[in-house]
Amino acid sequence: MTSRRTEIAIIGGGAMGAWTAFHLARRGARVMIVERSFPGAQASGVNYGSMRIQGRFLPQLPLSLRAQRIWEESERLLGTDVEFRRTGHLHVAVDAAQQAKIERYAADALAYGLGVEILAPAAIRRRWPWIAPHAIAASWSAIDGAVNPRLVVPALAARLAALDVAVLQGRRVTGAERLGAGFRLETAEGDVIEADMLVNTGGAWGADVAAWFAEPVPMFVAGPSEMVTEPLPYFMQPTLQIVDGSIVIRQVERGNVIIAGHPRGPADALKMRARMPGAKTLTNLQRVADIIPCLSGASIIRSWSGIEGYMPDMIPIIGPSATTPGLWHAFAFSGHGMQLCPGLGAVLSELILDGRSETPVGAFAIDRFRQTQTVDEDYLRQEFDAGVVKA
Amino acid sequence: MSHMDGPGIVIVGAGPAGIGAADVLVRAGLRPVLIDEGRRPGGQGYRKSDPTLGLSLGYARAANYKRIHAVFTALETQIDYRPETLVWSVDGRAAYLAERGAVVDAGLSYDRLILATGATDKIAPVPGWTLTGVYTLGGAQVILKDQGCSIGRKVVFYGSSPLLYLAAAQYIEAGAGKVTILDTTPFARKAAASLKIARAPSVLCNGVALLAGLKARGVTIVSGVSGLRIDGEDGRVAGVSFQAGRRPMRLDCDAVAIGHGLRAETQLAELAGAELAYDATFDQWLPRTDADGRAADGLYLAGDGARIGGAAAAELAGRVAAMACLADLGRSIDKAELIRLRTRRDAYHASQEGLAQAFAWPRHAFADLPDETVLCRCENVTAGAVRAVARSLEGVSDINRVKALTRCGMGRCQARMCGLAAVEVAAAARQEAAEALTYYRPQPPVKPIFIPEPALSEV
Ligand SMILES: Cc1cc2nc3c(=O)[nH]c(=O)nc-3n(C[C@H](O)[C@H](O)[C@H](O)COP(=O)(O)OP(=O)(O)OC[C@H]3O[C@@H](n4cnc5c(N)ncnc54)[C@H](O)[C@@H]3O)c2cc1C
Ligand SMILES: Cc1cc2nc3c(=O)[nH]c(=O)nc-3n(C[C@H](O)[C@H](O)[C@H](O)COP(=O)(O)OP(=O)(O)OC[C@H]3O[C@@H](n4cnc5c(N)ncnc54)[C@H](O)[C@@H]3O)c2cc1C
Repeated sequence: MTSRRTEIAIIGGGAMGAWTAFHLARRGARVMIVERSFPGAQASGVNYGSMRIQGRFLPQLPLSLRAQRIWEESERLLGTDVEFRRTGHLHVAVDAAQQAKIERYAADALAYGLGVEILAPAAIRRRWPWIAPHAIAASWSAIDGAVNPRLVVPALAARLAALDVAVLQGRRVTGAERLGAGFRLETAEGDVIEADMLVNTGGAWGADVAAWFAEPVPMFVAGPSEMVTEPLPYFMQPTLQIVDGSIVIRQVERGNVIIAGHPRGPADALKMRARMPGAKTLTNLQRVADIIPCLSGASIIRSWSGIEGYMPDMIPIIGPSATTPGLWHAFAFSGHGMQLCPGLGAVLSELILDGRSETPVGAFAIDRFRQTQTVDEDYLRQEFDAGVVKA
Repeated sequence: MSHMDGPGIVIVGAGPAGIGAADVLVRAGLRPVLIDEGRRPGGQGYRKSDPTLGLSLGYARAANYKRIHAVFTALETQIDYRPETLVWSVDGRAAYLAERGAVVDAGLSYDRLILATGATDKIAPVPGWTLTGVYTLGGAQVILKDQGCSIGRKVVFYGSSPLLYLAAAQYIEAGAGKVTILDTTPFARKAAASLKIARAPSVLCNGVALLAGLKARGVTIVSGVSGLRIDGEDGRVAGVSFQAGRRPMRLDCDAVAIGHGLRAETQLAELAGAELAYDATFDQWLPRTDADGRAADGLYLAGDGARIGGAAAAELAGRVAAMACLADLGRSIDKAELIRLRTRRDAYHASQEGLAQAFAWPRHAFADLPDETVLCRCENVTAGAVRAVARSLEGVSDINRVKALTRCGMGRCQARMCGLAAVEVAAAARQEAAEALTYYRPQPPVKPIFIPEPALSEV
C-alpha cells in the first residue's frame, strides 16, 4: 500500500480534470490526478472535436466564450499544436421551424456577446456551393472551431508533468470519504491518497463519485455516433450541422471527413464499450449524401462512439458539492464538454482557490435536481435511442 | 428474408469452411444464406480463375480443389448464395451488407451466424516494402490465380510460411521466369518440427514433395535469412540485400512477395460477440470457441478465421460448426460423425502447430528494424515513431494508445496489414510481451463502405 498526500486530488484525467489541474497548478496549487487508465482515455480522447459555440444553452455562453479565448491561445499554453482551428460553424436549416429557431437564437445570443450571421439560400450557395439546394437558411458563427481530441489531453499531460502535477495512471479510485478537514481516497491498485480538497471530474463515471457523498444524480450514459472517411481533397472549411443535429460534417486539413449523427446510442460504462449500430450508420450515410451530395462515393473507413454522461436537462453538473465542503464536481457534460474544458478548468480553479469566478456557472448546480425538474421527454426521445434514457 | 422455411442461418465466407458448413445444413434440410465478397466461390486457396480467361492452372487441377468446387456446385441451387457481397458489420442479430460496393439499406436478420471469414497475409515489414513491385504473398497468388499474371519476371518470395513454397511452385508451374525463396527460419527448425507436422501425414508428404519439386526446377532456396531490405530504383524494386547466416548477399529482382503466414480475419467475430485471446502458437489474437466452434450465443466460427489450419481443416471445422448449430437448434445429429470430423480436424491443427514452428514469425527481428522503415502504409507511420510513443507510455500499455498518438493503423486498412507488426515493434521497444499490448479494437465497417447517392432529388 502506497500512501500519498496532496493539496487537491482530482478523480479523472479527462479534459476536465487535466485542464482544471493545469489552471490550479499554474497558480501554485499542489495537485494530483488519479486516472483509471491514461489521460484522455475516454470521451475526451474520442470525441468529434467540434468547438461549436452557437446553439448552446444561452446561460452557458459566458463559459463557452471564455473557453474559446483559451483555445485560441492553446498552442502557446500547451507548447504544441493540438489542431485547434477557427473554422467557423454553420447551422443549416432545411425547414421553416429550423429557420425560425436559428433566427431566434441569433437575436438572443447577441445579449451574451455572440454575433452570428443569418444567411439566405443565395449567400449559402455563393460561399459553399457544395451544400445541397434544400438548405433554406443558415446561421454562420465565424469564431467556432474544431480541435483534434486525440492530441489535447496527451499534450496537457506533458505540460502537467512540467508543472509538477502528479498524474497517477492505471489507478481506479474505488472510494473516497471525508477524513478530518480533508479527504481520503483508495484505489483498486492499493494506493491511499489524502487531500485537503477533492475534485470529481469522473466524466460518465462522475455520478458514482457523487453517490459516495450522498448526492445521487439522475445521470445516464450514452454514446454519440461518429464515423470517418478516407482522406479526400480539402474542400470544406466550416463544420456543417443540420439544425436538429441529425447530422454534423466537418473536414480536417489532412482530408478526412468526420461525421456525427443522431440519435445517440447505448454505451456500456462497465465494459467500456460503445459501438455504432449498423442501422444508424445507414441512416447517417444517407443524411451525408443528402446535404453534401459530392461526398457520395467516398469511403467510410471507421465508425466509433464513446462513453458520455448525460443529465436529463442536457447540461452538465458544475460547482461545489451540496453535501460536502471541499468537494467540487464537474461531470456529465452531456455531449458538448470538449469545447468547454479549458474554460471549465479556469472557472473551477477560481472557485476552488478564490471562492468566486467572474464567469457564471450557477445554472449547473448539482442540487438543481432536488426540486422537481420538468424534463422534456419528447426532446429526449429524439436525442437518444430507445432504452438509453434511464428514468 | 429468403430462409422462410426454417431458422435463418447466415454463413459468411464461401471458402472451404463456409462451403463445408453449408453442405451440412443443406443435408439437414435447411437453406442457409452464404455470403462472400468475392466474385466466385472457393475462398482464398481454392480461388477460381476468371472463367472468361480460359486459364488452366495446376492448382485448379488438384483433387482437393475439384472436390470443394464439386460440393459447392451440388449445393448452389439449394442455398441463397450471394457473391460480391461484403458483410461490413453485425449487431443485434442482423448482418449489414454492401452489394458490389453499394450499402444495402437494411440489415439481414438471422437466428444463427456462422463466420468462416478466413485469413489474409501476416506481414513483417522490411525496409523498402512500400516500393512498387512489392506484393503480399497472398496478393501475388491472387493475381496469378485470378488473372493468370505474374508480379514480375524475377520474383523473390520472402518471409516464412508453407505458402511461400506453394506460391513459388504455382509461379513456376504457370511459367514464371526466375523464382527465389528467402526463408527467415533456419532449416534446422523445419527438421525439428517434422514430427509434429506428421500428425497429418499428408501435410508432411505434400511439403516434402513440394520442396523436392522446387529443387528439381532449379529454384534457389535460402533459409535463415535476416536483415532483408528491398532496394529500389526510381521507386521500383531493383533487388534485395540480406544476410544468409553471417554472409551478406544481394540479388537482382523486379518483384518481391512477402508473407509470414496467415492472420485470421477476426473483426466480424469480435463485433458479433466473440472474445479474443492471444495465441502464442500463431502469434496473434484469435477468437475463443468451444471444441465445436461455438463463440457466443448463436455464433459459430470455423476455418482460418478462427484458427489457422489450412483448407482441409477449414472444411472439417465448417462441418463441425454447422453440426453444433444444428444441435443447438434441437435437431438430431450423428454424434459419431461429429467425433470423426473433430478428430480429423484436430490432426490437421496439431500438424499446423508444427508448421508454425517450422515457419516462424520473426519476433526478434522487429527490434532491429531501422527506425525509418514504414510500418503503416495507409498513414505512412514509421517504426521509429511507433517506438518513441511506445516507450513513453506510462500506466497502461495499449496498442490502441500507440495508434491514437501515431496514427499507425488508423487508415484505410484499419491495421489489418500493419497491426501485428506494430504490436511487435511497440512490445520490443517496451521490452514487454506482445500480448501485453492488447490488440487493435475493431469497429465497423470491417472494410470500407461507400457513402450512397443522395436520395433527395436535386432542385
Ligand atoms: C463520441 C463523442 C463525441 C463528442 N463530440 C463532442 C464535440 O464535438 N464537441 C464537444 O464539445 N464535446 C463533444 N463530446 C463531449 C465531450 O467529449 C465530453 O463532454 C468531455 O470530453 C468530457 O470530459 P471529461 O473529462 O468530463 O470526461 P472523460 O474524458 O470521460 O474523462 C473522465 C475520466 O475519468 C476517469 N475516471 C472515471 N472514474 C474514475 C475513477 N473512479 N478512478 C479513476 N479514474 C476515473 C475515466 O477513466 C476518464 O478518463 C463528445 C463525446 C463523445 C463520447
Ligand atoms: C491469399 C491466400 C492464398 C492461399 N493459397 C493457398 C493455396 O494455394 N493452397 C492452399 O492449400 N492454401 C492456400 N491458402 C490457405 C487456404 O486458403 C486456407 O487455409 C483456406 O482457404 C481456409 O479456408 P477458410 O474457408 O477458412 O477461408 P477462406 O478460404 O479464406 O475463405 C474466406 C472467405 O470469406 C470471405 N470473407 C471474409 N470476410 C468477409 C466479409 N466481411 N464479408 C464477405 N465475405 C467475407 C472471403 O472473401 C473468402 O472468400 C491461401 C491463403 C491465402 C490468404
